[in-house]
Amino acid sequence: MTKRFALGVFDDEDVLLHAIENVRAAGVKIYDVFTPFPIHGIDDALGIERSRLPIAAFFYGLCGLSFALWMQIYMLGFDWPMIIGGKPHIALPAFIPVSFELTVLFTCHGMAITFFIITSMYPKPKVHVMDVRSTDDKFVMAIELKDDTSNLGQLTQLLRDNGASEVNEKEMTKN
Amino acid sequence: MQHVSPVREPLVTGGKTYHDITQDVCRQVEAKPNIRWMAALAVALFFLGVFLYSVYRTLWYGIGEWGLNKTVGWAWDITNFVWWVGIGHAGTLISAVLLLFRQKWRSSINRAAEAMTIFAVICAAMFPVLHMGRPWQAYWVFPLQNTFGSLWANFNSPLLWDVFAISTYFSVSLVFWYIGLIPDFATIRDRAKGPIAKVTYSMLSMNWKGSAKAWSRYETVSLILAGVSTPLVLSVHTIVSMDFATSVVPGWHTTIFPPYFVAGAIFSGFAMVLTLMLITRVVFKLEDYITLEHIALMNKIMMITGSIVGVAYITEFFIAWYSQVEFEQYAFINRATGPYWWAYASMMTCNVITPQLVWFRKVRYSIPMTFILSIIVNIGMWFERFVIIVTSLHRDYLPSSWAMFSPSIIDIGIYVGTMGLFFTLFLLFAKFFPVINMAEVKTILKYGVDNGPTYTGRDPHHAPTHHHATPGVPASAPVTYTKHD
Repeated sequence: MTKRFALGVFDDEDVLLHAIENVRAAGVKIYDVFTPFPIHGIDDALGIERSRLPIAAFFYGLCGLSFALWMQIYMLGFDWPMIIGGKPHIALPAFIPVSFELTVLFTCHGMAITFFIITSMYPKPKVHVMDVRSTDDKFVMAIELKDDTSNLGQLTQLLRDNGASEVNEKEMTKN
Repeated sequence: MQHVSPVREPLVTGGKTYHDITQDVCRQVEAKPNIRWMAALAVALFFLGVFLYSVYRTLWYGIGEWGLNKTVGWAWDITNFVWWVGIGHAGTLISAVLLLFRQKWRSSINRAAEAMTIFAVICAAMFPVLHMGRPWQAYWVFPLQNTFGSLWANFNSPLLWDVFAISTYFSVSLVFWYIGLIPDFATIRDRAKGPIAKVTYSMLSMNWKGSAKAWSRYETVSLILAGVSTPLVLSVHTIVSMDFATSVVPGWHTTIFPPYFVAGAIFSGFAMVLTLMLITRVVFKLEDYITLEHIALMNKIMMITGSIVGVAYITEFFIAWYSQVEFEQYAFINRATGPYWWAYASMMTCNVITPQLVWFRKVRYSIPMTFILSIIVNIGMWFERFVIIVTSLHRDYLPSSWAMFSPSIIDIGIYVGTMGLFFTLFLLFAKFFPVINMAEVKTILKYGVDNGPTYTGRDPHHAPTHHHATPGVPASAPVTYTKHD
């Protein structure tokens, strides 16, 4: 499926933030914004909701902690109890280090894998980008053009009025 | 963007633009390797060869190739292990702890420091694995079903805690480092000309496009990873110190060990970061990114942690006297005045006395002085571990077992060899990976600099004093964003 986009190219992130505000106020839907670095305030400007990844991270941590405690209590307390250094079979204080490490391990890897999946990140031999300069020094605002192209001129004018240094048209096949 | 402060020094000098940052960092990756890099790699590879030969001797003939004896059963191996792990800690400190404290200056050094962490942990891991004697059975340290014997692993043992701590630390650091690299791999990918480079960096960049949502998640992930890495790095060296502190050997059985070891780790790690950065910034012409300010700040951290270590040395002595335990007292008297007095003296001089020179502003901002100091600190920290380990072991409760330790040529070969391993990895990293986190440095470019229109919407009470009107931006652009950090 091929989609057509108008790309407003900006040189400065502060100009971009004003432009996002004004373009949205004009009733135009922004498809996405591609930037070379994270911009503070862009989430609010675009109306992106806060990521729920921290909640996921907490539960991964909980899994790690439960697993670690279960493993140590099962192995040393039930499966093959041994007296080591005169300590009780289930010597909880001695289990703290491993429990902590596995909590961190599960949190980190669980969250990283979740991040890769929800952001559809995976090794790919060819990556299609809207504008190659958007990973260098340009800030690209993409607006999807529906079948009716009559508003392209108006859109170009709106983007230019809001500080876009150039406005391009780009066709993207679904990838 | 940042609140423009009239008092802050800019973090990036030289009036760079966003494109300049990309150019300056990618230049090294895209250019053909230069002769200095090749020469350095050749030297590193030679020492890697020394490492491989020593490992071969150790594995073929056994641990008898080392200088260990019945009394001193742990010596250079564990010294080097603790030394390398300690060095690694500075990378996590820079990438995680300084992120949580919002120290913006960390941006230009965190990538190389994290790489240093990973390579240092690889070097560290060599020693316990080789000391096993049969490293092909290293997986026995993990709690596996009892086909390998009738027992599970002993979760009461600090050595087992170390297995979990070091492997967690290594894999978490690797993930943290890699996620940070992804946007920069995307930058290199989008500039790549050759087909091999294009495909390689495309694969490495994991389909990264820099969309707003992806960045938002990326920042969340970085923050959480920093949040979990901070207690992690403290726990790792705490557990390393417990390898000693939970034993009953006089000189090891000390409650002060965890904080003392963590401070020492950061101390030696910052020294190694300084050594590496002072070379990298010159070789790769990155003086505008790793400025004298950075060097001075790192020097300060080195001095503070060095002073903490100094206080710990004195506290140990005081407690030995105060405890009234004869064995404890002898361990410390022997440490300072016994046959290894020279190691103790080197440790005291290198770790406690010379870093105090950093109080002088001239020293803090001097590149040659900093370089020399950083090397001295690393020597001192190696001696610290040697002193703690060998002097405590060589004369313990039973005088008839007292002995001396001297390293064999294989001991020396493995230690020097890990430096070859470390520098081989670091040089390959410096050539093929972006040594500076471009995306992050771009976010701090405007810090303290007035080089463009500034977005004033986030905090209307602190409008910056300099504000250029930008063509195209309506002067009365509505600004209604809430502050959202």
